[in-house]
Amino acid sequence: MSDPRIAGASVTHFGKHPERTGRDLFAEAGLEALSQSGIDPDDAEALYYGNFMGELAEHQGHQGPLMAEAIGLDVPATRVEAACASAGTAVREAVKTIRNGEAEVVVVGGAERMTNIGTAAATDALAIAADDLYEVRAGMTFPGAYALMARSYFDQYGGSHEDLAHIAVKNHEHALVNEHAQIQKEITVEDATEAPTIASPLGLYDSCPITDGAAAAVLTTESYAEEHDLDAPVAITGTGQGGDNLALQDRPHLAQTPAADKAAEEAYEDAGVGPDDVDFAEVHDCFTIAEVFAIESLGFYERGEGIAAARNGETTRDGDRPINLSGGLKAKGHPVGATGVAQLATVAWLLDGSHPRADAVPDSTVGVAHNAGGTVASTTVHVMEVQE
Amino acid sequence: MTESAQDGEYDAWLDSIESDDGYYLECSNGHGWLPPRRVCPRCHDQDLSEVGLPESGEIASHTTITVPTPQFEDDAPYVTAIADFGPVSVTGLVRDVDPEDVATGDVVGIDVGERVTTGERAVVFRPR
Ligand SMILES: [Zn+2]
Repeated sequence: MSDPRIAGASVTHFGKHPERTGRDLFAEAGLEALSQSGIDPDDAEALYYGNFMGELAEHQGHQGPLMAEAIGLDVPATRVEAACASAGTAVREAVKTIRNGEAEVVVVGGAERMTNIGTAAATDALAIAADDLYEVRAGMTFPGAYALMARSYFDQYGGSHEDLAHIAVKNHEHALVNEHAQIQKEITVEDATEAPTIASPLGLYDSCPITDGAAAAVLTTESYAEEHDLDAPVAITGTGQGGDNLALQDRPHLAQTPAADKAAEEAYEDAGVGPDDVDFAEVHDCFTIAEVFAIESLGFYERGEGIAAARNGETTRDGDRPINLSGGLKAKGHPVGATGVAQLATVAWLLDGSHPRADAVPDSTVGVAHNAGGTVASTTVHVMEVQE
Repeated sequence: MTESAQDGEYDAWLDSIESDDGYYLECSNGHGWLPPRRVCPRCHDQDLSEVGLPESGEIASHTTITVPTPQFEDDAPYVTAIADFGPVSVTGLVRDVDPEDVATGDVVGIDVGERVTTGERAVVFRPR
């Protein structure tokens, strides 16, 4: 069994691209990733592609073959849908396909077009990741669901909106040098605490923006990389996925994310590493509170202690374990079906030194990507390591 | 969706709430769920029976939503909460109380109300 190497990766600019179709966004990312990989596209054997709201945003289902065509591939192509964890789940399928020997070269990616339908329709589309009968019909929105989780966290463990503001400030600061990021604007704690509320206790700056964008990566085997003299020093050494009840009301805890606990445990065991070995992570901060859940589930903090990590400077770029050096979903943007692969690309670039924030983690060897779907009813965790 | 289409047991459950005869489904190990369920996802038990929903529940978490979906445009701002009723929890809209005054631990009764925007039925909690 060979741990897949990342031979090439690319993301489009994340932001508003009202004139561009999903297929055009994915073509940009996919063609660049293929070109960077140095692999003959004829050698690609499969495409796994993440997308969540294509039917609603572009009236387009069956996007697998469409996207293979968009990047000039005639391969079996499968769309993978797990809400905002669609691309992370696509990565997992790609990893398994390479590991089990079914293919030597697999393209993995994702794309989402969201801004063309406007905020209200996008809010509606995102809400369908929740339980329609019991949550959406009771007025639940995506921010509303995380607000319920945030309040429960405050009630159970303490913490305040100001603690969350420090997470927003940190991620905005991290994004300042990321040219792919949707928002490159420094903010203050006051900006975040005083911003309009969208679903109490969460305000505008606790939430990631609505984003168009795509990401793609080319995975291959160690032997293929050696044979073709590819520059592919980063391997995916661990993969994990966990699930949970879809509706929040059916879970024993509102302030924990066991799906992520399970994904992390599985990925660490698979890679043979533990939380203490991890130098940095890209985590799913669709809302500021989600970053807290993520770093606790990844084992970096005990329950109730993750809330203070950004305020204490532990997860900032000059801290011991920087989180979301890309700016996270919060500032980089969150084209939902592309996010998991954008995280994979970011971790690979931080490990190989080509990311603009790589100077924050100069000697790092282990990075983690955590991608969560809905209110964390789906989560994937991938461990990436620099190989000899 | 046609005018007459029903969402199976969900609509029947709403009817039961509306007629003050609310219920939940309980497995033989005491895990509670809302219909439709054929199996307890926690213990795989398929022997689920209808049990009367307690008359009052307690708010476990709540949020005042100011940016709604189009289906709740005219409802906003409104409070959505999860309330615990014994072994089952339910999500609903909190009515008859100022959003500012809703608090975790508040005791509420369950009812069926109408969404302002669409007139469709929705689970509603009112202070007791
Ligand atoms: Zn049970």
